[in-house]
Amino acid sequence: MKTIVCVKQVPDTETRIRILPEGTGIVETDVNWIVSPYDEFAIEEALRIREAKGGEVVLISLGPDRVQSALRNGLAMGADSAVHLKDPAFEATDALGTARALAAAIQGLAPFDLVLTGQQGVGTDNCQVPGLLAELLDLPQVTMAVKVELQDGKAAVTREIEGAHESWETSLPAVISAQKGLNEPRYASLKGIMAAKKKTIEVRDAAALSLSPEALAPKVRVTAMELPAPRPSIRMIEGDPDSQAKELLRLLHEEAKVI
Amino acid sequence: MGLILTFAEQRDGKLRRASLEAVSEARRLSGSLGAKVASVVVGSGVERLAAELGSYGADAVHVYDDAALGAYATEAYARALANAIAAARPSVVLVPFTAMGKDLAPRVAAKAGAGLVSDCVALAVKDGKLEALRPVYAGKAYAAVRWAGEPQMATLRPNVFSLGQPEAGRKAEVVKGSVDTRARARVTATHATAEGKLELTEAQIIVSGGRGLKGPEHFHLVQELGEAFGAAVGASRAVVDAGWVDHQMQVGQTGKTVSPTLYIACGISGAIQHLAGMSSSKYIVAINKDGDAPIFKVANYGILGDVFEVVPKLTAAAKAYFAAKG
Repeated sequence: MKTIVCVKQVPDTETRIRILPEGTGIVETDVNWIVSPYDEFAIEEALRIREAKGGEVVLISLGPDRVQSALRNGLAMGADSAVHLKDPAFEATDALGTARALAAAIQGLAPFDLVLTGQQGVGTDNCQVPGLLAELLDLPQVTMAVKVELQDGKAAVTREIEGAHESWETSLPAVISAQKGLNEPRYASLKGIMAAKKKTIEVRDAAALSLSPEALAPKVRVTAMELPAPRPSIRMIEGDPDSQAKELLRLLHEEAKVI
Repeated sequence: MGLILTFAEQRDGKLRRASLEAVSEARRLSGSLGAKVASVVVGSGVERLAAELGSYGADAVHVYDDAALGAYATEAYARALANAIAAARPSVVLVPFTAMGKDLAPRVAAKAGAGLVSDCVALAVKDGKLEALRPVYAGKAYAAVRWAGEPQMATLRPNVFSLGQPEAGRKAEVVKGSVDTRARARVTATHATAEGKLELTEAQIIVSGGRGLKGPEHFHLVQELGEAFGAAVGASRAVVDAGWVDHQMQVGQTGKTVSPTLYIACGISGAIQHLAGMSSSKYIVAINKDGDAPIFKVANYGILGDVFEVVPKLTAAAKAYFAAKG
């Protein structure tokens, strides 16, 4: 089994977000960068598959130099090798351009059996790359997986939807995106961290992937960013618990008109 | 004349509320865009849903009705929606940001070469073009986004766009289409995980519990409060990671992002990643014994007190209130 895992580096979920003066992005200084939590589930699943079936795990990440630390984290968890997609043109592109670059890199790694991703990149929260990739690679997809079982040339996948779980069956190769609940990602061991330092990260740019500027031209762009409107100030409800409860209901009914 | 096309998700032959929200929003935008509204419905025995879509504002409904389309299959449904886009050439495509929409829309965007903006909470028309507003970093910031070229494709957060007033008898033209129904990935079974329980992302009222409840054996206090309010029940990441409740109940940046009209946080301190997932709620109530808890910074109403004393009283008072209201 050869599994390719797409990894995105994102700001730690505890990060306090500050907006650039020009309003088109966030201030990146002081941001603590982590592997997107959903991608950690994808890496963990790939490692478990390799432990059960043999084969290899290849990581791919797109972004500036800092994403190499995300790839090192995945290598320290146990992945075999990594590819870093780096080009100024990638920085300005959107989800479709990102998926085109990833798809081109993945095609260069063929033959493979499985492409795993997180179900969304935390922060941008687009949930787009898995479906875009599957279509660009002409592969079946199952998104938001909470269970993956590999059988002969196919996979049984449990997918989470509103109020239900769906059982899916897909032929392989396929693109599967990981939802929280799929597994419990391991921590990198000291031995893993040492070994990761010796593993190579291959760097590829747009030219190496035969991607034209047109293919990477963004179809959508952020024109402004703002912080959420401040919440109205709080009204504290005094008294003993019984009268607090009754007063809250009165306010919800008469003032807020929500019950 | 332009066209706004919406994807009308149905499950078990019933249109999702989010599908009707999308048609309602399309209707609202149609005036400023000088556009007509059409919907696409895919499934088995779904032609009859055209009337309901018409009543909410669809001028035409593209129907892909086939026994082989009874269960959702990404590839077949994506072919149908892409087929309708190719035939109708809309300037705008709206899809609900549900589990199905999240799965479907990107695949269709790649087929159509369309720019896709996910999880929009507001749409506006500026200079004849669409502008979307969407939360990023789970609501810690909002981004205004515009498209280069058409179709301008967007997924809409459920429970945010209001439903229009349906006009009984308003007719939509039915346009029948057919597609290759083959798919390499298919649903083989569906198991309800929350029989009778309300889905968090669709709920008008949410009651949520956190570490202040001290242990899983006390979580029933929050569940009872939820029942009294007819609310969906959520939880903080701390208690999900501690294994008290299933992760499907998690509200926050690595869980669900919700915008109910009322959110009652019981014993939740309000870590930044939790606030990110619920601070767009219309009214927030915080019950916590720590007056410095960050949850009080986003709440409209606060009760400084012990959840073990306040929550049961609130449950009793809510039961009495709703019983009297009838």
